[in-house]
Amino acid sequence: MSQIALWGAVELGLVYAFVALGVYLAFRVLDFPDLTVDGTFPLGAAVTAVLIMAGVNPWLAAAVAMLAGALAGLVTATLNVRFKILNLLASILTMIALFSVNLRVMGRPNVALLSVDTMLTPFYGNGLRDFMVRPMFLLVLAIAALIVVWRYLESDAGLAMRATGANSRMARAQGINTDRQIYLGIALSNALVALGGALFAQTNGFADVTSGVGTIVVGLAAVIIGETLFGSRRILIALIGCVIGSIVYRIAIQLALSSDSLGLQASDLNLVTAVLVTFALVLPRLKRGVLSS
Amino acid sequence: MISLDNVHVVFGRGTPLEKKALSGVSLTIKEGAFTTVIGSNGAGKSTLLGVLAGDVIPVEGSVRIGDADVTKLPTAARAGRVARVFQDPLAGSCGALSIEENLALAHKRGQRRGLKLALSHSRRKLFRERIAELDLGLENRMTDRMAMLSGGQRQAVSLVMAMMAGCDVLLLDEHTAALDPGMAEFVMKLTEKIVGANKLTTLMVTHSMRQALDYGNRTIMLHGGEIVLDVEGNNRRNLDVEDLIDMFRRVRGQTLDDDELLIAE
Repeated sequence: MSQIALWGAVELGLVYAFVALGVYLAFRVLDFPDLTVDGTFPLGAAVTAVLIMAGVNPWLAAAVAMLAGALAGLVTATLNVRFKILNLLASILTMIALFSVNLRVMGRPNVALLSVDTMLTPFYGNGLRDFMVRPMFLLVLAIAALIVVWRYLESDAGLAMRATGANSRMARAQGINTDRQIYLGIALSNALVALGGALFAQTNGFADVTSGVGTIVVGLAAVIIGETLFGSRRILIALIGCVIGSIVYRIAIQLALSSDSLGLQASDLNLVTAVLVTFALVLPRLKRGVLSS
Repeated sequence: MISLDNVHVVFGRGTPLEKKALSGVSLTIKEGAFTTVIGSNGAGKSTLLGVLAGDVIPVEGSVRIGDADVTKLPTAARAGRVARVFQDPLAGSCGALSIEENLALAHKRGQRRGLKLALSHSRRKLFRERIAELDLGLENRMTDRMAMLSGGQRQAVSLVMAMMAGCDVLLLDEHTAALDPGMAEFVMKLTEKIVGANKLTTLMVTHSMRQALDYGNRTIMLHGGEIVLDVEGNNRRNLDVEDLIDMFRRVRGQTLDDDELLIAE
């Protein structure tokens, strides 16, 4: 694997670190399997791309993308909480609807972001190569997001969200409005994923309606790899695990695809992903099995 | 003070499985009274507690706790007034969270939860002190997950949690039923101590007639969703378990079955 390919893998891993943090909030904190993210990731990208092309400040464009993501999350939460649709199904309904919404937003299947300023433009040309600037910029943003999520989950309000996912009956007995926690948590989760989409569009120079396929699996892969490597006992460790898990996942994929001996090609990506995630899921079980026997 | 006025509860209304769980229950419990509730399975004991906690909304009648009408309030909205300990040790706390995190949750029961750190230095100290009072050595395990504790330890911590924030009424739903006899006794003694020290208005559902008479200062018996016995003061002091079983038999109008022998213990 070349140096550029490695930096590229790290860059993509950091983009998906935002997805991983969002997936962690939904899956781990709220115990809410939320597939909306397959639609919110391209939604974030689409909103950002269209706004930037219309001359809007790229930071503002990313903020609006987050808002759009949060709204999509609220739709899923409403379907689940208000209309009692099973959480998984509610999220699939929103996801499928978002495909059409994303096409509407862009007016066509993809939008290129060429020769326009992005969030990264001011940081280019400071002596560092562009392919190094991007991951560094993303790393700073990812750390900021991680700290915000961490601090929130350690607060009284965040603890209420964690209790909602862990034991909702107990949470209600403690005066926590669990419905409101689900609205808030799923909105927050999808805002993070949309931010990932917005950054994807700005670092890669395009938004594409199909870029969301498998977002949930990638996010989940990052969360699980993080848990396998670092454990999940403490919130901060688990969150750092999400970010590093996302990077490790991308490097593993890159290695698998670029090693000639395996004979894999780019179109095998989804298969490799599925195998990798399965492996990460089974690994802790195997470890335990070995220990107990 | 608690007062229920002509409370009716129906489950599965309009279906073939429709069941009247409470039919016209009226009950007033004075401030600071410790009332025990007995009755056979399906008598309406848990429903009565559910009506007070907010898990069950009556179809008719009104429920007042303290100075407020809470008849239609959902559980979370009245949690500031109601502290509870559940029968299932797993139900009243979060197994995935640590002891101190569970206490932090209980510390804010029924209050607004803001962005302050849930486990500040001063709160940690307070929680540790409260847990140390149990004398179970748990103060050295504050960061352990609740799931690592035994059922009895969890119930003891649940009682501490119930006392972290103020309440108008403490509801105990057979909270020693799932424990071994030694631990059950420990938790009951602890309950008595806490209720006495805080002069709490308490409702305790129990399966054990012995417990029902040994603790508290008033006993009510439910049957078929109605209150069939309500004793306090001297009348209650002169009762023993035999008498209770007798009354049990009379209200049921049939001979004792195994179930009733079991609960007499």
